Amino acid sequence: MSAASTAEPAFVAKTKAGRVTDFVDSRVGGSGILREFGRKVFPDHWSFMFGEVALYSFVILLLSGTFLTFFFDPSMAETHYDGSYVPLKGVEMSVAYSSSLNISFDIRGGLFMRQVHHWAALLFVASIAVHMLRVFFTGAFRRPREMNWVVGCVLLILAMAAGFTGYSLPDDLLSGNGLRIIDGVIKSIPVVGTYISFFLFGGEFPGTAIISRLYMLHILLVPALILLMIVLHLFMVVVHKHTQYPGPGRNDNNVVGYPLGPVYAAKAGGFFFIVFGVLALMAAFFTINPIWNYGPYDPSPVSAGTQPDWYIGFVDGALRLMPGTFGDWHVEQTWLGFVFTFNVLLPALVPAGILFTVMFTYPWIERWITKDNREHHVLDRPRNAPTRTGIGVAGFIWYCVMWAAAGSDLIATHFHVSLNDVTYWLRALFFIGPIIGFIVAKRVALALQRKDREIALHGRETGRIVRLPHGEFIEVHAPLDEYKRYKLVGFESPEVLPAVPNEHGVVTGNEKRRAFLSKWFFEDRVAPATPAELEAAHGHGHAAVESSEEAKSLSH
Amino acid sequence: MKALSQKRRHPLAAIALLLMGLLLTGGLYAVATTVNEAKASTTTYSANDTEEGGKLFAANCATCHGMGASGTADGPSLVGVGAAAVDFQVGTGRMPMQMNGPQALKKPAQFNDEQTHQLSAYVASLGAGPAIPEEDLVNGGGDAAAGGELFRTNCAMCHNAAAAGGALTRGKFAPALADVSGKHIYEAMATGPQNMPVFSDSNITPEGKKDIITFLKQIESTGSPGGADLGSLGPVAEGLFVWVAGLGVIIAFTIWLTSRTS
Repeated sequence: MSAASTAEPAFVAKTKAGRVTDFVDSRVGGSGILREFGRKVFPDHWSFMFGEVALYSFVILLLSGTFLTFFFDPSMAETHYDGSYVPLKGVEMSVAYSSSLNISFDIRGGLFMRQVHHWAALLFVASIAVHMLRVFFTGAFRRPREMNWVVGCVLLILAMAAGFTGYSLPDDLLSGNGLRIIDGVIKSIPVVGTYISFFLFGGEFPGTAIISRLYMLHILLVPALILLMIVLHLFMVVVHKHTQYPGPGRNDNNVVGYPLGPVYAAKAGGFFFIVFGVLALMAAFFTINPIWNYGPYDPSPVSAGTQPDWYIGFVDGALRLMPGTFGDWHVEQTWLGFVFTFNVLLPALVPAGILFTVMFTYPWIERWITKDNREHHVLDRPRNAPTRTGIGVAGFIWYCVMWAAAGSDLIATHFHVSLNDVTYWLRALFFIGPIIGFIVAKRVALALQRKDREIALHGRETGRIVRLPHGEFIEVHAPLDEYKRYKLVGFESPEVLPAVPNEHGVVTGNEKRRAFLSKWFFEDRVAPATPAELEAAHGHGHAAVESSEEAKSLSH
Repeated sequence: MKALSQKRRHPLAAIALLLMGLLLTGGLYAVATTVNEAKASTTTYSANDTEEGGKLFAANCATCHGMGASGTADGPSLVGVGAAAVDFQVGTGRMPMQMNGPQALKKPAQFNDEQTHQLSAYVASLGAGPAIPEEDLVNGGGDAAAGGELFRTNCAMCHNAAAAGGALTRGKFAPALADVSGKHIYEAMATGPQNMPVFSDSNITPEGKKDIITFLKQIESTGSPGGADLGSLGPVAEGLFVWVAGLGVIIAFTIWLTSRTS
């Protein structure tokens, strides 16, 4: 071994750059890493890029945020504004607000950086949300990616936390109102709420400690946790490999796509600059969080149109939807001398609690119902999992109803309708909306499956009408090519799994519930066209299939 | 002093104290309201104005407000509302009202300046009320920062901190204040049109009102330093924008980037 290696002449690079590269490579093994990662294959689809958007937004947040920390002072000490924005000149305010105004008006590029930071924050959470919707509706959370789904959910919560702590920092009227709502929610927690609030704010709201505390969370703890989660998330992506949409030649044992290097890496690198560019243009041309409009925080004024940033909106909306009384019965109750403010506690915690619990546990719920413990690397088209799609749409609509409620006042003024009516409708939709959404989405998915089946069997309608010698008119259907047909027939269509007895021969209550849910999941089912059916359809001509029972059942 | 301390437990002492208190508040209120109305006499109307205004009133307003502006089931009495109320309602086109609704909407004025002046003269002649403000109070020139503080404390909860307007209950709303003349802003504060409360001179002094107008005109002329203001509607508009425009553009790019394969 050693003799062989000494016999081989040592590699000597010819150029200076080559010598430097070789120096580094022989010490850190860069070429091995590059070879490994460069050959990593990523499937190409636009819906796979939202995670990237989130990542790039986060990088932009780090860069712009670092700039802002150079000039921001999180002190709540009182000062009088002496900057260049005339309508606030001489007004008493906190140092935090004053320094935010100085960033906006007196530091070169400061306003632009503030706006880049804030737009990037909104885009960060939005792209995470869209990415999660994509993962959910395509079933990418299934084994082996359940853990990564959970990490993603944690990332969503951390992103919201990062956003909220940042939103509160400028200490303007808007952010102070937001903090006051959080304070109210905390205080509504029975018995301990007041103590938690005093602990958090360092005394009675607003105190003089909260901004610097939130600042530390915002620039240190939360980003560090986000970074950690991103590392875990990407590590698991590498370990699991990327999922792919169904297609010819794609299965659970391969990944079809471009290797990372050089094409995909170049695309991804370029995409970073596209995201940066879009955010920079937004920051340059569209104002965001104009803190100078709101004035310094003072607990007495509350401006009309006070809302949180969009990702906290659904909680604010739930608060707005909650009635304070039902007839003569007050939701706020006094028991044993303690006040229980359920009209704040319930809407603030219950819907968000339900949403996040279902989100975190959904992979296991579905695995339990389907007993599907196999690895999945090929995604479902949403139509091919109608019940899951229905559940997703129901959750989405439920979220959107609460989200819309956070803008109920703007809906009222901009569509010239009564604010009360908006609230009543949204209250009704809060309960009915998800049900309608589920039914409609599931039916649409099933209908699309039927359409796929129809096209797979009969081909595409060409619109060409032909008269046969005996006088009959038929429309000519053009057969699909095999690649397109594969997409329409090559999917899994699970069937209902009835309850089975365990090893003691007993059908447990749990198993019965599982069987019930399995029925609910898979009872409505459009089976993909089988090879035999395809053979029949193409072998015996158009008329033969048209008259078969199968085809008739499809027409309704 | 000694006599007073001896009598303080007298059964009638409480009543006497109450009477004194009532007298004091009543007296102060009377003084305050006279201060408020002191301006009523500053604008002078000729007898001709009043007469012409009466004719206009009878032809255009009396259907709802009644002959002599004494009010009917369809419209309130206008005795004592003052010239400022007429100038605001008629000058902004809110009166004559186009249709019944949660509140009278702004529209192109029905009457010209002279007719509005005559109507104001007529209504002012019916009883004392807030008068049309002096020129120097409505053209700005006050302290914008002080006005901003007053605005945030007294006005922003309905009109929005950036004066972009806001919703009230049952279809009523506080309008956006851009492009509203200083005179009309002052009159609105002094008379409390539609669902707006009255901000009397003892509540916000004429100088305070002047500061508020200065503030509003200042933010109007400053514009939006950070680019398009998206209606100054706050985070809802920003969220909508990032979802529709921001993500929309980015999705277009993702489709472009991955369009080679399908």
